[in-house]
Amino acid sequence: MSERGGGRFVRKVAEKVRRAPEAVDDDLWASVQLARHAERPYTLDYITRMCSDFEEVHGDRLFGDDHAMVAGFGRFHDRPVAFIGQQKGRDTNERTFRNFGMAGPEGYRKAMRVMEIANRLGIPVVTLIDTPGAFPGASAEERGQGGAISRSIQMMWRLDVPTLAVIIGEGSSGGALGLGVADRVLMLENSTYSVISPEGASAILWRDASKARQAAQAFKPTAANCYRWGVVDAVVPEPDGGAHTDHEQAAEILDQYIYRALTDLGAMPPVERRRARRERFRKLGPLRDPEGGMGMATGRGTPPPG
Amino acid sequence: MSRVGRNIHVSVDRLRQLAHRDARPRKISADAGTCPKCDSHYSADEMQRNLRVCPACGHHFAVTARERMEQLGEPGGYVELWPELRAADPLQFTDLKPYTERIADAEKSTGLGEAIVCAELEVRHVPAVAAIMDFSYMGGSMGAVVGEKLARACDHAAQKGQPLIVVAASGGARMQEGTLALMQMAKTVIALDALAEARVPVVVVLAHPTTGGVWASFASLGDITYAEPGALIAFSGPRVIEETTREVLPSDFGRAERQLENGQVDAVVDRRELAERIGRVLHILRRPELEGPGAMGSPALQWAQGGAQRAAGAVQSLPRKVMDRIRPGSPDGEDPE
Ligand SMILES: [Zn+2]
Repeated sequence: MSERGGGRFVRKVAEKVRRAPEAVDDDLWASVQLARHAERPYTLDYITRMCSDFEEVHGDRLFGDDHAMVAGFGRFHDRPVAFIGQQKGRDTNERTFRNFGMAGPEGYRKAMRVMEIANRLGIPVVTLIDTPGAFPGASAEERGQGGAISRSIQMMWRLDVPTLAVIIGEGSSGGALGLGVADRVLMLENSTYSVISPEGASAILWRDASKARQAAQAFKPTAANCYRWGVVDAVVPEPDGGAHTDHEQAAEILDQYIYRALTDLGAMPPVERRRARRERFRKLGPLRDPEGGMGMATGRGTPPPG
Repeated sequence: MSRVGRNIHVSVDRLRQLAHRDARPRKISADAGTCPKCDSHYSADEMQRNLRVCPACGHHFAVTARERMEQLGEPGGYVELWPELRAADPLQFTDLKPYTERIADAEKSTGLGEAIVCAELEVRHVPAVAAIMDFSYMGGSMGAVVGEKLARACDHAAQKGQPLIVVAASGGARMQEGTLALMQMAKTVIALDALAEARVPVVVVLAHPTTGGVWASFASLGDITYAEPGALIAFSGPRVIEETTREVLPSDFGRAERQLENGQVDAVVDRRELAERIGRVLHILRRPELEGPGAMGSPALQWAQGGAQRAAGAVQSLPRKVMDRIRPGSPDGEDPE
């Protein structure tokens, strides 16, 4: 399905960007908009480009198949890798079919099913995160949305195989974190990772749905900031103008980053990997210095170029 | 509502007496209040005695973390852990008010350093570690301090080999700490596994409300999960769902009684029975005292170790008729005499 993405969109968008270069600047709001750009490559666009073959699985074996979550096994650099990620749609029909990338409990349970298989077969797990959040619906709640996410977090943490999470677009709320507990967490240059979407924050904190822009400024959910906070380990560069301008090149770059990370992680003993994984998340979140001062997040400075 | 009644296991008579007595009309003192559900009046003192449950209708009011420690623990009290930890402001966050100001206000109005209180205490003579959230401190939201204290409580309980009791009351992740607040979901879920390794149980109590990132992390991972009557338990709140999906939700959406039906909690437990109930389940799960060298491992292993003698003893005490029946060679169901 990603095959029809490519060229046409890229050309169209490339023209758009040439006409309005100011749309792509350092501004946070631009970043937020780029992260959910309609022509941005989605999970399957990457998987089909990076894998020589991909077998998607369907269903959680409990209730149904969640189309907002894609999971399966791919051939990546002639090795098996499990890929899991939220999937958005491009046109109206597809968006509805994919539920705007908002997975329900069945999605997280399908993800866990693939994680379990991968762990048993010794296959590394790569997640691609792109969601405005987990699906907020009464039926999802009845079937245990909260428990599905917490168990997905728990299972990712418990895996013995190397794990890698990549925020490729929009990473909002627990719905994103449900796939985010990995040995390494990468973030595409123009993606966002936040506790809530700017619109959600605007309604809750400003009690005004129109303050999304202000909310984005307050949350600073960019890749550079997430790197500074230690939330992500590397920032994956995108083609000039953003990933939407060149799906092929975006996938090529990501491919190289995933390959490098899996190679590094594969060299670590499983026990050591899990210990490091635990430490990685344990140290996130600064406490106030008892000597006074509100303290910035213990930092790393700016991300290295490339 | 009948479900609540069915889940009360002890001293129903006492409750009935209390309800009866307290339903009488009385003078309202200065610090009294009115129940929003049944309009009956109560005095502050009476409310505290009744564990902040309306004596007339059973409506559960919010309880502060420290008061709940006293409700759950023995009269001897509790030893608070890490009360000194305070929130930082990593994003230098401002919405309608700077975050630093919100923290200062919350501390002033609640007397708490954060939205969670951790302590060592005894519940019905079972020593345990408790981590109790306080909704009055910024909606019980989970930032780095809540995550850290909960993780430390897990480590502490595991190290002592004692069960962990968590009382959740939270609107979810603390927005003002942004992405780093989201990370506390991962931190707390990972920390819970220290208890799995130490083979000690986790009892989670879901108070009103338990929503968002707290429900989608440690609060939904208890070994035994109780909910207080009427508590809202949901990942997405009703307002968000109605706005996003245009669904019209039933008035009991996400409430404890409904979530019991949905299979999301083990029981709805009246607060006045909570300590008893937790104590009881911890007594059931308690491991027998370990004896002798190399006395390690799980209750299952202990069964195997002490099993032979115990089984022999048990068989000795069976009635003669049954003994004969299970003795090899004797025809089943026939009295050999
Ligand atoms: Zn009442």
